[in-house]
Amino acid sequence: MRARVLIRPKAGILDPQGVAVERALPALGFAGVANVRVGRLVELEVDDASQLQAMCERLLANPLVEDYEVQLLNGSG
Amino acid sequence: MKFGILQFPGSCDERDALSAARRVGDAVLLWHGECDLRGADAIIVPGGFSYGDYLRAGAIARFSPVMDSVIAFASGGGIVLGICNGFQVLCEARLLPGALLGNLNRRFTFRQVQLQVENADTPFTLTCAAGERLSIPAKHAWGRYYAADETLREIEQGGRVLLRYAPGHNFNGSARDIAGVMNEAGNVFGLMPHPEHAVDPLTGSSDGLKLFESIRLSAEGVRA
Repeated sequence: MRARVLIRPKAGILDPQGVAVERALPALGFAGVANVRVGRLVELEVDDASQLQAMCERLLANPLVEDYEVQLLNGSG
Repeated sequence: MKFGILQFPGSCDERDALSAARRVGDAVLLWHGECDLRGADAIIVPGGFSYGDYLRAGAIARFSPVMDSVIAFASGGGIVLGICNGFQVLCEARLLPGALLGNLNRRFTFRQVQLQVENADTPFTLTCAAGERLSIPAKHAWGRYYAADETLREIEQGGRVLLRYAPGHNFNGSARDIAGVMNEAGNVFGLMPHPEHAVDPLTGSSDGLKLFESIRLSAEGVRA
């Protein structure tokens, strides 16, 4: 099964990358951009989707500072 | 007294840590794939970019075979010092509270920093005086110390913030100017600046040697 894990900085934690992107966009003429957060995307194929949460907790994310969200995709993807 | 210095693929400061440790005692390198700590009395987890810092700094090194031995060693009261990437590894291993985030300035930054000794009554700082300033270089991109407010309260009240960046020196944006933090049991300590690069007046400062000397005295005291 294919899965996608979205990892982002926890709310309330300052994200300097997000701030940099937020400042860069108006310089290119894109107005009205706010609250940009830059995270990480992990795509993987797993035999047992029930292990995904444990994978996130132990390795893929650091739950102290990051939130994660698991999305299951169709096998054909 | 023997220091054991870990070496991961991507470590780059293990040789300097070895030289620094040898100024005060005996020292050996310990390859990450081995579990034998070879009779070391204190362990140093050195700086660098273990496993390329893939995913997060320290996240993969934390699961190295040698880390199982280090965790057992620390649980038994053994002295463990983590420097820079080593600090990140110890946080990932949950031997130390909190995490290291990207510098607020978003850049890899190298500068000599002034550190203030907050607690000199520990195995890592006993040759220092409380309030003393140490001049030690720092060089990293992921050194912004972060912990939840409750954790920050706990470590501050417990005297576990051993070193703080002096005013004007907190370039990475660390919470409460924290440069180095100790575990609750008082035998594991991590800091972002590099004491192993400050061991000879020839290169600007020998203040870092005080941490190595403190560890030597503590380790020998425990054994005596």
